Amino acid sequence: MFEKTGIPSKEMVTGKFPSIERINKGPVAVVECYKEIPCNPCETACKFNGINVGDDINNIPVLNIDNCTGCAVCLSKCPGLAIMVVDGSKSEENVQIKIPYEFLPLPERGDIVRGLDREGKYVADVTVVNVLNPKSFDRTPVITIEADRKYIYELRNIQVEA
Amino acid sequence: MREADLVVIGGGPAGLCAAISAAESGARVLVIERNKVLGGQLVKQTHMFFGSEKQYASDRGIDIAGMLLNKLGCFNNVEILTETTVVGMYEDGVISVLHKEDVYYKIKPKAVVVSTGAFEKALAFPNNDLPGIYGAGAVQTLMNVHGVKPGDKVLMVGAGNIGLIVSYQLIQAGVEVAAILDAAPRIGGYLVHASKIRRMGVPILTSHTVKEAIGKDFVEKAIVSQVDEKFRPIAGTEKEFDVDVICISVGLTPLNELLSMRGCQMKYVPQLSGFVPIRDENYETTVEYVFAAGDATGVEEASAAMVEGYLAGLCAASKIGCTPDDFDERKSDYVKQLNDLRSGPVSRHILSGIEQIVI
Repeated sequence: MFEKTGIPSKEMVTGKFPSIERINKGPVAVVECYKEIPCNPCETACKFNGINVGDDINNIPVLNIDNCTGCAVCLSKCPGLAIMVVDGSKSEENVQIKIPYEFLPLPERGDIVRGLDREGKYVADVTVVNVLNPKSFDRTPVITIEADRKYIYELRNIQVEA
Repeated sequence: MREADLVVIGGGPAGLCAAISAAESGARVLVIERNKVLGGQLVKQTHMFFGSEKQYASDRGIDIAGMLLNKLGCFNNVEILTETTVVGMYEDGVISVLHKEDVYYKIKPKAVVVSTGAFEKALAFPNNDLPGIYGAGAVQTLMNVHGVKPGDKVLMVGAGNIGLIVSYQLIQAGVEVAAILDAAPRIGGYLVHASKIRRMGVPILTSHTVKEAIGKDFVEKAIVSQVDEKFRPIAGTEKEFDVDVICISVGLTPLNELLSMRGCQMKYVPQLSGFVPIRDENYETTVEYVFAAGDATGVEEASAAMVEGYLAGLCAASKIGCTPDDFDERKSDYVKQLNDLRSGPVSRHILSGIEQIVI
């Protein structure tokens, strides 16, 4: 189905997630790259050896969970915008999720925006807790949203009202 | 008649890299580009490139054009002619050019790199000549070069990389994308592109095609239908989309009439999307001193076109006596880069096409 719709199945998504124990320790990347394509900037961008692609640039990137700091640099460098960061260390009820977001208007810190899933369907309202848009991110801003933990495997996008 | 050493025809990604590589080798290079600006398709590509660092992965096409032009600007052995179209390549090696559709003259180069790129395929359906029906290249040019919205609501036909990327850029420009269709049963482009447009809520309808466009003075509606495994419309599956733009992105085909005219042996290779020149591993065609690179030798990603350009430029310069000391090292690096880019499953068809043309 994925190859017909562009929507990964729930199993595909959860298969890319680090364990909840790891997520609860602090921010960590989720690399949703499912198909082999010639591409390795995620590996090049990471200063901590947190993502391995290897000699064959067509390999699917593998997250090195122990090294990943959740810094989100790879989010802005992935040409497929296929990486997000999850962080379950901030509270017991909520999870923070960092996503790349290349649309205007950018949300502002404190805004409540519509959280969407991988199909673009509304999941829940979420709070924007940070907006990073430094020059080094090269016009791929990274938005941090906070939402109820139960949506951790669903949220992947936001919709900002103009 | 003007004399020249190496002429590069077409200043897109392949041509710019060929010129850089040849200039680095010490050749005097003349780049001929029919548009006002160099860069080819790069000038409208606002998305990040795939590949690895050497092919500027993660940089945006628009910025890569700037980087290549800066590099080219560092050489005093490079001359650039814009708004100049090569209109003929003849048996005696003479090429004729038309500058600003006004001045016509001949050039006799020692060698040529033909990097003329590709052009978009069309799609036949009733009323496909209504205003509002564009090729994806035109939509990208309007939006990303001129800052003009092509319309308010678009139906994208074609789920290859270009269709997916242009759909994403349309949404960035504030245009609604009603759906992306593809007659094939599977999405042809990279699935990361498909996912990022899908999570914006845009449906991707595989095994679907446009049956008809409807409108009086411009497109007002598109009728689409599902197709069977032989791409025949299935009666009763029609759907209507109220759109004012139908964007056609059903693939490209190599643009290489000049090579045919020059007498290069050509072959129709479906995996490379059309007629392409038979060539050797140096990208030299069956006509000595005529090289080719980029989409003109087979439609592929721009990252591969750039590396092909570097390789063809290096070999063409060497052919006319400008061989750098590190020729072997550079050549094997370019060959390795191309092999790396093409070693995965998405490039299998490209490799099977290349096998048919390399002698």
